[in-house]
Amino acid sequence: MDELRAVTVTPGRYTTYLYAGASGDFNPIHLDDEFARSVDLPSKILHGLWTMAQVARAQTDVVGDPLALKSLSVQFRGLGVPEQDITITSKLKSQENGEAVFDCEAVQDGNKLVRRGRAVLRL
Amino acid sequence: MAHSDTYLVGREKIREYAASIGEQSPLCHDVAAAREAGYEDVVAPPMFAAVYKWRAMGPAVLDPQIGIDFSRLVHGAQDFTWHLPVVAGDEITTEASFVDEVKRGEIRVYTFSSRSTNQRGELVCEGTWTNFVR
Repeated sequence: MDELRAVTVTPGRYTTYLYAGASGDFNPIHLDDEFARSVDLPSKILHGLWTMAQVARAQTDVVGDPLALKSLSVQFRGLGVPEQDITITSKLKSQENGEAVFDCEAVQDGNKLVRRGRAVLRL
Repeated sequence: MAHSDTYLVGREKIREYAASIGEQSPLCHDVAAAREAGYEDVVAPPMFAAVYKWRAMGPAVLDPQIGIDFSRLVHGAQDFTWHLPVVAGDEITTEASFVDEVKRGEIRVYTFSSRSTNQRGELVCEGTWTNFVR
């Protein structure tokens, strides 16, 4: 298991629409630039739980098993936007008894979307 | 103030959700691959917990007795612990409860917890939702 990993994902132009349909979260701050600006956001923003799912995938893709994740906790901070790369870094903290613990974060254009992530993976 | 609801996990919903987050594992898309791996049907990606839990968590967060102004709500933190796989056809019952409200400077922090069990009464996932109100 690498001590430090970084993966990049790029939310597409229509990602928030796909995620809204899949999750049922149709809050217009994720779908409508004009509405988002009316509530003092820069533009439509990503769903935090979509970004958290990318942090989850950055862990489980390493072992090739989506069910290897035992727990994940994150703090949401900056607002994510479509069509800009997000880099997820994961740093191995400990590995014992068939489990690995990682500290992770997600950064987009210098803006921390997720900080203090903690993932526990079954190996 | 606990809210409970049951979510029937659909095969196409798992596929749709998996596609929306870029999850390409055959376990989440291909019934034959999932069965070969020992599951009854396609497997929900772990973060699908956010979807089946919302049925109970939404009413808990929006409970007028707690009085959160939804337009000023920010999802501050999230924590999930997974215990058992969830597959298409499962019926997941989630109980969501208000934990506490703490004032931190100008921000109020509301914490909610959830516990989800399957149709056999087995614990599948626990979660903690932390919301900031500006």
